[in-house]
Formats: sequence, structure tokens, C-alpha cells
Amino acid sequence: MTSIPKPRVQHPSSTRNALGLSRRDYEGGMSTLCAGCGHDSVTAALIDAFWQLDIEPHRVAKLSGIGCSSKTTAYFINQAHGFNSVHGRMPAVATGANAANRELYFVGVSGDGDSLSIGLGQMCHAIRRNVRMLYVLENNGVYGLTKGQFSASADIGSKSKKGEPNVQPPIDPVLLALTLGASFVARSFSGDKAQLVPLLKAGLMHGGFALVDVISPCVTFNDHEASTKSYLYTRQHYHEVAPVDFVPLRREIAAAGPVEGGGAVRSVTMHDGSTVHFRMLADDYDPTDREAAYRYVRAAHQRGEVATGLLYVDQGNADMHGVNGTVDRALTSVPFEELCPGNAKLQELMEEYR
Amino acid sequence: MRDHPATARKTGLRPTDVSNPQYYHKVVDCQWACPAHTNVPEYIRLIAQGRYTEAYLVNRESNVFPGILGRTCDRPCEPACRRGRVDGKPVAICRLKRVAADHRDEIGHLLPTAPAQKNGKRIALVGAGPASLTVCNDLMPLGYECVIFEKNASPGGLMRINIPSFRLPAQVLDEEVNYILDMGVEVRYNTPVTSLQDLLAQGFDAIFVGSGAPKGKELDVPGRHETDRIHIGIEWLANVHFGHIDRIGERVLIIGVGNTAMDCCRTAKRLGGRDVKVMARRTRKYFKASPWELEDAEEEEVRIVENHAPKRFIVEQGRLTGMEFEVLRWFEKDGRQRSEVIDTVVVPCDDVILAIGQENAFPWIERDIGLEFGEWDMPVVDRTTFMSTRPGVFFGGDAAWGPENIIWAVEHGHQAAISIHQYCQGRPVSDRPPVGMTLTSTKLGMHAWQYSNDYSAVPRQKMVHADLKSRFEGLNVEVELGFTAEQTAREVERCLNCDVQTHFTANLCIECDACIDVCPVNCLTITPDGEEADIRTRLSAPAVNPSQALFVSPSLPQTSRVMVKDEDLCLHCGLCAERCPTAAWDMMKSDILLPYAGASAARRSPSAVGAA
Repeated sequence: MTSIPKPRVQHPSSTRNALGLSRRDYEGGMSTLCAGCGHDSVTAALIDAFWQLDIEPHRVAKLSGIGCSSKTTAYFINQAHGFNSVHGRMPAVATGANAANRELYFVGVSGDGDSLSIGLGQMCHAIRRNVRMLYVLENNGVYGLTKGQFSASADIGSKSKKGEPNVQPPIDPVLLALTLGASFVARSFSGDKAQLVPLLKAGLMHGGFALVDVISPCVTFNDHEASTKSYLYTRQHYHEVAPVDFVPLRREIAAAGPVEGGGAVRSVTMHDGSTVHFRMLADDYDPTDREAAYRYVRAAHQRGEVATGLLYVDQGNADMHGVNGTVDRALTSVPFEELCPGNAKLQELMEEYR
Repeated sequence: MRDHPATARKTGLRPTDVSNPQYYHKVVDCQWACPAHTNVPEYIRLIAQGRYTEAYLVNRESNVFPGILGRTCDRPCEPACRRGRVDGKPVAICRLKRVAADHRDEIGHLLPTAPAQKNGKRIALVGAGPASLTVCNDLMPLGYECVIFEKNASPGGLMRINIPSFRLPAQVLDEEVNYILDMGVEVRYNTPVTSLQDLLAQGFDAIFVGSGAPKGKELDVPGRHETDRIHIGIEWLANVHFGHIDRIGERVLIIGVGNTAMDCCRTAKRLGGRDVKVMARRTRKYFKASPWELEDAEEEEVRIVENHAPKRFIVEQGRLTGMEFEVLRWFEKDGRQRSEVIDTVVVPCDDVILAIGQENAFPWIERDIGLEFGEWDMPVVDRTTFMSTRPGVFFGGDAAWGPENIIWAVEHGHQAAISIHQYCQGRPVSDRPPVGMTLTSTKLGMHAWQYSNDYSAVPRQKMVHADLKSRFEGLNVEVELGFTAEQTAREVERCLNCDVQTHFTANLCIECDACIDVCPVNCLTITPDGEEADIRTRLSAPAVNPSQALFVSPSLPQTSRVMVKDEDLCLHCGLCAERCPTAAWDMMKSDILLPYAGASAARRSPSAVGAA
């Protein structure tokens, strides 16, 4: 939080995207989160991702629930659509919004409380339905807004600010999403935009539900020595599986540069034709093998490492609209007579069931 | 982390040493550019608080003549002002200086006084211009006896006889000159020095030559000496000042396009000139006059004619009727500007004023007294100590290295006073007292600072001028009316407070990126260490201005990367410090402590921040 809004002064060499907009045009209101909150860095990464992808602000729908994380949507793209819903109910609202207007970009921002406690069922069903949206889970292991109780993602043994250890096993959103059949599962860190921004871009371009679990430290209640979600702990236990570069379709596809330390480049084509290049490091990691991804993330966790990167991606699954065979346009562009054919048609339909 | 290969740490940039006063001094662009290093942001804050007297005293400490300079300064600070790079127009620093001078209370009792008990050293000064007066200002409080030899009947030098009173009212000049003379300076008026040898023989402990560059340059083209209607600019201005000249023909040509030419053309407009033209050899880009002086002349319907080179005066039956010019076209060849003549034209006129520069002339200095003369028949003067090759004889102002301006003369005076003091106390003149710095946090509490950190988007305030009718009613009608209270209130908020520094403590940083995300102008980057040229390619926003420093922190605790700040466009809004969870960033006011004669680096005047 700051006392004054960011002055509307731009660097003279600030670049503009294909729409003629600068990054500043993708900003939102003044953040009231604590100074140093990881969520503000996620905001900056989202701004960068939308700007780089040349997405028109009015084609974005921002959705959130309740919690520190859920304030994030107020801090980027002022000109986008927005819905701040009830606690844990963001996935339902996102599903409804997506059903009504499939032509928008949907970005839901939630937290470990909103998604893994009160809204756990909601998130599961959005994954199951493969609702096309970028689902950012700002994960800090505590309930910051209610003064730092452990959340459902707190690791066993991680200590509270007062020194109390957590004894309950955590829910890992990445493992959960993998078991539920999620088609895009990633984990990142608010302190590493070089990794986070390409993941957010890939998630926005994914043809279904894209989960990005972002370790986003709570500076006020969970950045102390015995915390496993602090800046320092995350940096010390950070293990990047396969660095990714996201190459949008309309940009000339240049092969990713040589990987430092050698290794191959593996490419996955997204539904719109854009590409994700995985720079394979030492491990023989296959981001399209769900079982292997599950084993890998679990093993890393047992070693005390935080596996990050685009951990699993599957472009073969149909999204909610594909499964349900819905109309191929936004409902706003379907004429009223078609949307609501009248009582006669209804009676006709009812007759079929008699 | 992948992003942070362990690059060349050993060969990396050394962390920036911000305890060296010069680093933060350079961030304060205006103060750095000012020859006298006036603490501009400090006095602007004082003005913002309505503390005009204190603002005046902060000014006076370094520039000695705030009221005079607030009207006439060449303002090297303004082109340097960071605000100019941010929104195109610098803060109206000079005009704010005048606000402080115009609204100050009685300050006589706040000024330094000369002790009754003198120190026994007597200093002779040649010329009562700004350089000599500054020397007296610095030496009188130390007990020196100062004797000025002045050829005219009143003090001030070129400030009095060459700057027209519609720009600088005599009362403003008298007041500020008298602050110095009233300490007990002995001025021998109407006493030109005709022999340095004689002066040396009078037993002074040191001599300061501040006699200016009093000779206007000649233009020897045919017809020059066939009429009395051709005038030398600075002599003509002096004659106007003394009342020897009170009229001029209707059609006047000014040759040359420096600031003296601007004073000449505007004075001509007030003495009966109707059709006044300034004839320039070159194109506007190369004019020597300050842009604002050109604007002021053009506002008074003076025409400025480019690319006309004087060829000859046309004198018919002893009467000047016109002047012939070659019309030039400029082009670049082999990296140099060259010209070719494309036409010849005659411009009719009744009077011509030559304002093509000034020269020094020292006919009164004997060449066999151990005072060496060098190139261009100028005395050899040390650039740091201002001493000539004859120990005990010092030079300053335009007399030292040719025409400059008032603020340079003042700075020369300060430096020469330090040297004279060293010399008279038997210490080496090359021993210069060090520059100091204090650094104090401006933090008052959560998001509360001792300065106005919010960026104000208001445009530069425009000076209101006397209307085009009333200003010509007398030579002494001041054209610039000064800022109104509302204009002042707006203009002070345009200052970015560049002396409130973004001070970084590396070992507190947790690398959360908060400062980088919130910086409106992308000043900040966390990146692996490396060579400066390499780091410059990895910044959040390209460093477009290599003349501005890069701050590089020591290694950060978590990843051993470094925090880099490009000083160029920093708004000093303090958002980095407000967003920083660990107070690794703080907004600290740097106060550059300049040494003056007899005083080690110490603050002499009040502060708008801190213990005031």
C-alpha cells in the first residue's frame, strides 16, 4: 500500500504493443495490500502478460472471490470487465460468465483460502468442466486478511509468526488439479517474473482450464524464518522443472535459444497455434505425461523442493463449450428470438417429454 | 534460479559509494549545474512553506545576489532540471528565486557582520562587479579590510551599466550590493587602476582583479568609421545608463545575437526605435542568446533575421543609410558547418549597434612584473585557485577567462576568497577545504514524509509581462511582473525534490520486487552483477541518458544479484520506499555542504526539512 497513486508519468522510451498501448494502460487502481506483498508482483506480471499478448482491455473478464488475493483484480486493467463474487464462489461465476460469452479472456484470481478451503468444491468442478480460463491461485499458506491463521496449503511443521507449528497435512493445488484431470497445471513464484510471465501468457492462450499456483509470500504474517512460504525459503528450495518460452502464433517463431548447460527444446502447440517451448534441463521430464508429472511433483515435495514451471499440459481435451456442444458465439451476439424462441417452442419441447 | 547465472562477479561494478558527497550531489541536477551550487530544492521547499526570508538566505549563501539573479541569471540550472526530461519544461527555478527575494522580510539583522577587531590583512580589489563583491562578502566577516577600486561612480559593474533597468530595477541592485558594502568595504569610486605595479606598491596583502571584460568587439568592414551612428553594444548600453544617450533612430540594426544583443534591441525599442532588427550570421539553433531572452525580444516586435553576414556599411554624404549583408546558406561538410553566399541584400537603417562579443583588455597591467600572459594576451590564471603566476594576485569573473555571466563571477569570487584566505594565513592556496554532506531520513511515519512527494502534473507557470504599451513608457518599467501567489503555489509543486534521495540498504532487501513494480518510470532493476555497459542493456527501461549515473548496490542477501537504479528520470516520489516492506529504501535528504573562505563545510542557513 502506498499513500499516493502511481504518477501518470511514463518513461520516454516506454514501448507500445500492437494496439498502441503501453504497460501503464493495463494498470488498475492503487493497491491497498501490504507493502512487499507477493500479490502485487503477480499483478505486475499479469499486466505484463496481457500487454505482451496485445489483448484488448475490454475483452478481458476479471473474476475473484474474497481474501487478500481476491483484491488483485482491482489492481490491473481498469477497463476490463470485473466481478468480485462471494467467498469461494468465483469459479461458479466464471463458469457462468464463460457460458454466456465465450469470446472473452477470463482470468480468475484466488487464494489458498478462497480456493482450497471454502471454495475447494467450486475449484474442483471448474477444473472438471475444463472452463476456459486462467486461474491464478496466489498461495501464501496463511489467512492474511484474518491475521495469519494457517491455511489449507500450509506445510506440516511450518511455523506461524508466533511460533506455533502446523500439524495438519496440506492440500497441494497442483497435485489436486492433476488428479482431477486438469489440462494445464503450472506452479511459479511471485519473485520470479522471468518464469511467471510466460506461464501466465501460456495459461491465457490455453484452450481450457489453466491453473497457475503462484507461491506469493505474505510479508506480514508468513515471511519469517520457520515459514515454508517465505521469500527466502522459496528461493532456497526452488526447483524449476523446465523453463518455458511462450511464442504467440502471430509472432515469427524463432527457435528458443540454446539452453544454458545444454539440453533439448521440446515444443507444445497450443489450441490457437501458439507454441510453448520447454527448455529441458538435466531431468528427463515429460510435461505431457500426467502420471509422471504427479510422481515428479510428489517426489520433489518429499525432498523438500518446490517444483515449479509448466508441469503438465494437454491440448487434446475439449473445453466446457466443446463438451456441451454450445453455440459457437457469445450469447450477446445471438438474436433475442433465437435465445428465447417463445412459449410455442417451449410447449413443443415439453410435449417431447410427455 | 535460472534467471541469475553467476556472471563475472569479480569484474562487476563496484557498489556505488553514496557516502561520497559527489554522487548524491550529481543527482540534484540543478544544484550540480549551477556554478555556485545553489541548493535549489531546499529553497523551493522553503518558498512552498511561505518561508521567503529563509529561502532568500539559502540562496544568498551560495549565490550572494538572489534578487539580481532571480531576474537576470543565465540559469544553467534550468536546462539541467530533471523535470524538463519528465514533462518537457524545467521548473521555473530562476523566477522562484525572485519570489523569495521579492517577498522576504527585513534581513539586515540576519546577515553576517564584520568584526570590529580586524585581522590585519588588507585586500585590494579592482572593479566593483559581482566577482569582487563576492570576495568581499566572504572575507569581510573574517576580519579582512577590503578596498575596491572602481572607475565608475557607483558599484555593481556590468550588473548596473549593462543590464537595462527594465530587466533589473536599480533598487534591487542597490539593496543587494549594499548588504556587502555595509559591512565596511571601502570603495574608491571614480578611481580607475592605471598600473598594477603602483597598486602592488601600496602594500596590500593580496590583490583581486575583477575588472570584467569591458571591451566590445569591433566589426571592421568598409564604412565603419565614416559615421557616428555605429555603436558598440556594451558602451552604448552604458551610455544609456548614464543618460548620455536618450534616443536612437527609427530603423535600428543590431549585429550579433547574444544576450547583449537582446538587451540592445529591447533598449532601442524604448528610445525611439520602431523597426528594430537583430541580424544573425547563423541559424537559430546556433544563437548564443538564451531562448527566453529571444522570446522576450520577439514579444516586443523585434525581428530576428537569420543567415545574414555583414559586408559593409552604406554611408551616403556622411549619413548612414543602410547596411549590406551577404545572405548565407549553411550546410555540413566533413562534419563541419560551412556556408555559401546565395545573395546580397541592403537593409536600410539609421543606427547600427554592434553586439558581437566582448574582450578582455589589460593595458594597465605591466608585462614585466612576474604576471605571465598567455594565449590571446590573457593572464595565466590557475583554474582551481584563481591565482595568477604572481603570488598574491588573483583573478575572477570575466577578467579571468573572458565573458561568462554573473553566477560564474560569483562562484569565482567564492573560490578566490578561499584562496586569498589561505594565502594570507600562510597556507598553500592549492589546499582546498573538502565538500561535505549530511544525509537525514525524511520519514515521519507510515507513508508520511517531510517533503511533498506526490507528483504534481501542472504545467510550467508563465511569467506575466507588463503590457506592450505601458512597458515602453519609461526605460525603468520592469517588464516581468513576478509570479502571483497562485502561480508560485503551483510552480513549487513541480519541483521533484531531487535532493531527497532514494537511499538503499542492500542487506535489508528481500527481493520482493515491490519497488520495481511500483516505480512509475521503471528506474529500478534487480539483475546479476556485471560490467556497466552490460548492465545498461538489462535494465527495466533502457538507460537513454548515459550522462546520468547508475546506482549499483552491493550484493543482495538472497540471490547475490544487485539492485540497480538509473537516476535519469526518478521522480523522487518515494513510492519505492512506501512499498518497501523492510525499509531497505528510504527517502533521505542529502545536504551538500560547500566550503567557503574561513568556514569548513558547514551549513550556514535554515532548512525546510529537519531541525528548522
